[in-house]
Amino acid sequence: MMASSYNAKEEDANHPGAANHAGAGVVKSKKPDNTAFKQQRLPAWQPILTAGTVLPAFFVIGLIFIPIGIGLYVTSNNIKEFEIDYTGANIDNPCYNCAKNFSWNSTAQCVCTVPFTLEQPFESNVFMYYGLSNFYQNHRRYVKSRDDSQLNGDRSALTSPSKECEPYRKGEGSPIAPCGAIANSLFNDTLQLYHIDSNGTFNEIPLVKKGIAWWTDKHVKFRNPGGNNNLTVAFQGTSKPVNWRKPVFELDPEDPENNGFINEDFIVWMRTAALPTFRKLYRIIQKKPSTTPTLPSGKYFLNVTYNYPVLSFDGRKRMILSTISWMGGKNPFLGIAYITVGSICFFLGVVLLIIHHKYDNRNNNADIPN
Amino acid sequence: MLRRRLNRWLGRDERRVDSRTICVGHRSSSNNEAFIPPKFCDNRIVSSKYTVWNFLPKNLFEQFRRIANFYFLIIFLVQVIVDTPTSPVTSGLPLFFVITVTAIKQGYEDWLRHKADNEVNKYPVTVLEQGRRIRKESEKIKVGDVLEVDEDETFPCDLILLQSSRDDDTCFVTTASLDGESNHKTHYTVPDTEKDLESLNATIECEHPQPDLYKFVGRMHIYKTDQEPAVRSLGPENLLLKGSTLKNTQTICGVAIYTGMETKMALNYQGKSQKRSAVEKSINAFLLVYLCILVSKALVCTTLKYVWQNKPGQDEPWYNEKTQREKDTNLYLKMFTDFLSFMVLFNFIIPVSMYVTVEMQKFLGSFFITWDKDFFDPEIKEGALVNTSDLNEELGQVEYVFTDKTGTLTQNNMEFIECCIDGFQYKYQDAGTDLDGFCVTDGPVNKVQHKAGREKEELFLRALCLCHTVQVKESPEQGQGQRDGLMDQVDGLGVDGLGADGEGLHPPPQEQRGFIASSPDEVALVKGAMRYGFTFLGFESKTMKILTRDNDVERYELLHVLNFDPVRRRMSVIVRSKSGDTLLFCKGADSSIFPRVRQEEVERIRMNVERNATEGYRTLCVAYKHLNAEEYAQADAGLREARLALQDREEKLMAVYNQVETGMSLIGATAVEDRLQEEAAETMEALQGAGMKVWVLTGDKMETAKSTCYACRLFQRNTELLELTVRTLEDGGRRREERLHELLVEYHKKAVQDAPAVKAGVTRTWSSANHDYGFIIDGATLSMVLNSSSESNSSRYKNLFLQICQNCTSVLCCRMAPLQKAQIVKMVKNSKGSPITLSIGDGANDVSMILEAHVGIGIKGKEGRQAVRNSDYAIPKLKHLKKLLLAHGHLYYVRIAHLVQYFFYKNLCFILPQFLYQFFCGYSQQPLYDAAYLTMYNICFTSMPILAYSLLEQHICMEVLLDNATLYRGIAKNGMLRWGPFFYWTLLGVFHGLLFFFGVRYLFGNPALQDNGQVFGNWSYGTIVFTVLVFTVTLKLALDTRHWTWINHFVIWGSLAFYVFFSFFWGGIIWPFLKQQRLYFVFANMLSSVSAWLVIILLILLSLLPEILLVVFRKPRGPHAGQLSQEGLLQTARLHLSHHLPIST
Repeated sequence: MMASSYNAKEEDANHPGAANHAGAGVVKSKKPDNTAFKQQRLPAWQPILTAGTVLPAFFVIGLIFIPIGIGLYVTSNNIKEFEIDYTGANIDNPCYNCAKNFSWNSTAQCVCTVPFTLEQPFESNVFMYYGLSNFYQNHRRYVKSRDDSQLNGDRSALTSPSKECEPYRKGEGSPIAPCGAIANSLFNDTLQLYHIDSNGTFNEIPLVKKGIAWWTDKHVKFRNPGGNNNLTVAFQGTSKPVNWRKPVFELDPEDPENNGFINEDFIVWMRTAALPTFRKLYRIIQKKPSTTPTLPSGKYFLNVTYNYPVLSFDGRKRMILSTISWMGGKNPFLGIAYITVGSICFFLGVVLLIIHHKYDNRNNNADIPN
Repeated sequence: MLRRRLNRWLGRDERRVDSRTICVGHRSSSNNEAFIPPKFCDNRIVSSKYTVWNFLPKNLFEQFRRIANFYFLIIFLVQVIVDTPTSPVTSGLPLFFVITVTAIKQGYEDWLRHKADNEVNKYPVTVLEQGRRIRKESEKIKVGDVLEVDEDETFPCDLILLQSSRDDDTCFVTTASLDGESNHKTHYTVPDTEKDLESLNATIECEHPQPDLYKFVGRMHIYKTDQEPAVRSLGPENLLLKGSTLKNTQTICGVAIYTGMETKMALNYQGKSQKRSAVEKSINAFLLVYLCILVSKALVCTTLKYVWQNKPGQDEPWYNEKTQREKDTNLYLKMFTDFLSFMVLFNFIIPVSMYVTVEMQKFLGSFFITWDKDFFDPEIKEGALVNTSDLNEELGQVEYVFTDKTGTLTQNNMEFIECCIDGFQYKYQDAGTDLDGFCVTDGPVNKVQHKAGREKEELFLRALCLCHTVQVKESPEQGQGQRDGLMDQVDGLGVDGLGADGEGLHPPPQEQRGFIASSPDEVALVKGAMRYGFTFLGFESKTMKILTRDNDVERYELLHVLNFDPVRRRMSVIVRSKSGDTLLFCKGADSSIFPRVRQEEVERIRMNVERNATEGYRTLCVAYKHLNAEEYAQADAGLREARLALQDREEKLMAVYNQVETGMSLIGATAVEDRLQEEAAETMEALQGAGMKVWVLTGDKMETAKSTCYACRLFQRNTELLELTVRTLEDGGRRREERLHELLVEYHKKAVQDAPAVKAGVTRTWSSANHDYGFIIDGATLSMVLNSSSESNSSRYKNLFLQICQNCTSVLCCRMAPLQKAQIVKMVKNSKGSPITLSIGDGANDVSMILEAHVGIGIKGKEGRQAVRNSDYAIPKLKHLKKLLLAHGHLYYVRIAHLVQYFFYKNLCFILPQFLYQFFCGYSQQPLYDAAYLTMYNICFTSMPILAYSLLEQHICMEVLLDNATLYRGIAKNGMLRWGPFFYWTLLGVFHGLLFFFGVRYLFGNPALQDNGQVFGNWSYGTIVFTVLVFTVTLKLALDTRHWTWINHFVIWGSLAFYVFFSFFWGGIIWPFLKQQRLYFVFANMLSSVSAWLVIILLILLSLLPEILLVVFRKPRGPHAGQLSQEGLLQTARLHLSHHLPIST
């Protein structure tokens, strides 16, 4: 790849013995040591980048990147993704009323139904995300407003949460569990998906809520205080976050393994998003054992229990259905980038080759008269 | 520092009072009842800066006076006080580390100083008080105390010598620890003081303490009960300086006049002003730019934040409410703290670690100079010495080299070559076939066998024997055997050669004779006379004994010595012979002797002198004069009077000297050879090839200096010499001023206006046929140029002169006084473009120019060690200068320049993504990277590779650098640290920063990056950017590295591996001391995502692509030598090696 020379400089062939004998004993000679390091003569590899060495590299990079890019692009294109906004900002949106009439105090739940059509069937596992826009989960005040030791099951942190949780630290005199702004603003819309088959009957599609959070988060980082038995007792003396409708130990009454701090929806929410427009994994639709697609094409509707207000800060809510490949969700960026970089490299390789060729000729001509 | 300034201020204040008065032995005279003894400081020497109590506050104060440290302190305080995005630890820890290390180092150094001070202050001394001898500690000495000092003791304070145990009222002193001159100097007691110190009632009036070691003016009033007070003059010959050692004398008594911090030694102790390198100035300029970037970034963010918050619902959405305290804070205060928070968030752009790394690079790097075995001189058994490591890189930037001639270009190993007596040439033959080895006249010029009269010969030789200040080293036979054994090392040259030359001619005892003198020519002359049969036997209480050719001992009473000084350029002695004749012998430079002798004698000798001078010998003319009784009495009176003067003593003495030294008759001239240093010519040629202008500044005469220049190939055969000396000025027969003007304009036209317009640095090589000019100027003309009568002319002349000089390949300035040397250096230093200057010299007369130049180099020569002590670097021989500049200097410059640029670059692309992230997180000062990454980036992940690079890099190997001096021009004028390269690096940093951030930003358009559909959060985002960052900046350095030793490999791959290892480790454990487990398994999860891998690889490659392209494209177009195809260079290196191989096998 590189024209290199292994340039081990040999030590000077002087006779240190003779020189030392002369001075030895009389005066301690201050003669510097003749070591390779001290004389800056360590053997060294001296690579040189020249057109000749870089050229093949460019071609190789081009030849590797372009196929990868094409592969990525095709993969990304094959991923099926469906996205629907159910914020209810416009009057024609079915959730308009729910959005408009939202109030924190109302006990009655507002439900709206959003119909949509899938043009293409979704094969294999389908992942259901909720997406929020203009929601600054990465705001500093927000990001730091949590107490990880409390979430890790630390009892002392449970009763006296970190100061970082302010102003969501104490409610009505007792400490809030889980404390902080992140926990307080847990996404609490309930989404249900129904398929309208050819007969016109509604089939609820089963949504799996296991495996949506990182394994390490679920099993190590987030722990319930005092083990998992009887969370009611464990959380005694704490109060629920201000904006929550039910306490943390009732998040998922059906599955004790998914309750309290180790509730996966909660864990997913607690991993703050990088950008103000983000999506989070909500449910997984397992593929069916039969050959029928997981979500056949056709009519569907989304049943939304509208609990989460976003219009106050001009936010948007979306529901996203997506299949997943080895590279993750649908994102053409990587494929395009790889193809571009690969092509640039290849193009540069060609340009370099021409220049190199010309320059070499010139060089040779110039060399002759010398 | 403060104290020093205070001292200086006080000192200046005190100087208004003309003098101080001291009562010897505190016995105030009866007629001076009202006299109140003034208070003088005690004899405590304080060189330490701190005490145990004030160490901490004072040291901290000193350290935080450095602008960078102060800046980091402010940042740290802001972090502590204001609620900032990063914890105070991130900047506090590195700062604490730096401060502690520096404090420990300075504390240790101060402890050493304390120890040394105590040793001096507690040293026991003997004080004579009321007839008793009292042992005291040195620090308790008061001004006026009479002290007794024994042989080989050092003087505890500045003393006036009152009494000596030697019968000739002298004592010998060596000032080796003061100015490094190891010869013995004679000091005299105050004349006519009583032998009984008990009854001595005297006061001393002397000037206030002054740092000049060689100047002292004072007066002693001796009160006797029944007489008028007698007045004796005191001069430097009566003053024994603290720090010098008594030699060859059993005891002396003296009265303390300056004590403690007022001694001349302490006044001289004030440290040298610190030199700053051009690189440091560049760093500061770049820092300023980065500071501007930092402030503007913070300002932009703060402004945008408040603009953004103005939109409804953005400032405080329901999910992210403010705390009560935040709500209560005043808006403007909030804005201000926001601004500070942004500053803190971005402050990593100016890293603490850069200062540490630069300091370390300089400190460690300077070891390579001391370690270099090529600098080892087997003769003196020493290598190079680095007195300051701050200027390493400056060695690669030198544009002007000012070199001394004697001892630097030449060996200062004087050998008497020939003499000319009365116009006849005498050349000594080593073979010694002639019986007395004299009387041989076989000069190559006048073949005719001539002989001057015997009388003249003997007069000349007597003059040589008498007219000097040489001392005879007492030989072992004369007792004191053990002590002289030590002194043998002091002077080797006196004895050498005598054994061989004088064999069989003189009785054995004289063969052992050694001479001690301040200048080697004097010894050469005395030895020369000895070869011809006249031996100087030494002093015997003001009597000089010489052994003549006929083995008679002649005695001459030494009446006066008219000392040598560089202005007069001659010295004289007045002696009285046995027969009662009073004779004045004078020797000196031809120009100063010829006008003072009868003109008819001059012509015969002038020819010889000029011939000798062109051969490169140092010539001296010898003259004598009979003084009749009347003349002598007049001279004697004049000299005594002038010596007593308290004010303007120098001027008065000079006037008397000039008056006495007139009307002499010339007897002859001597020629002393001073051989060129080894490889002087090659070195000079290499320096000129490297684009440096070499100026020779010498006190020697023009002809000699010119011939040395030719010998050193500074002037070539085809060099056209432009001469501007007193001789050329007097040619026209008109007024000097007019002629000067005319010549200057003419030369200017020739050298500057008619010169081809091509840039000298690019096309002209040292061997080219282009017209080379050499310029010669002498001291007298220089002072005319610099201090022209009219103000307007002066600056104009100076300009013309500078322009001419700058267009000449070499300039020779002869007949320079030390101060003029410094003046020239200063003038060039401050000229347009402020070129980097280097002065090299070996003697005390070069100190001023060594201190003045940007880089001062001392040669460990024969003229004492003063130059070495004041230099920045000291080398044993001139020839070492070539490697020091061309190899070491070049490499150091490239290393540090790259280090600085790289540091700014890597921190710019570190912080830029963080800045860009603010646009996506609501300007909330949310850091992109985890605190651990923020702290460790500069300390651990990226610091070691650049340090290793900056210590080991050899972009071109040393042999090639030495062989191709022109390569040095490639980096001239701070080439790698100018705004162009800086702009390039900044651009690169911005490009990388943008790429890192937006590359990952587009990837996160869909944060579901894992194949199980799970999403990544903000910390994953930061970690991906950070991973790309660490790899890119490290690989960028790897691309720049041209010299991969195993250390580079280890450090570069090691720190990447360390980063990966650390990230796993940091994210692998729930850390109990952390408030937030932000990075828990983030890194591992990132690596489980194929997309993350792909984006990391893509971004690293894309960032390095332009760099690779540039490397490839730059080479073919490289127009000048600095960018020779490196392949070619390596080939020459290989050739070089293969050349060596057959020889070594």
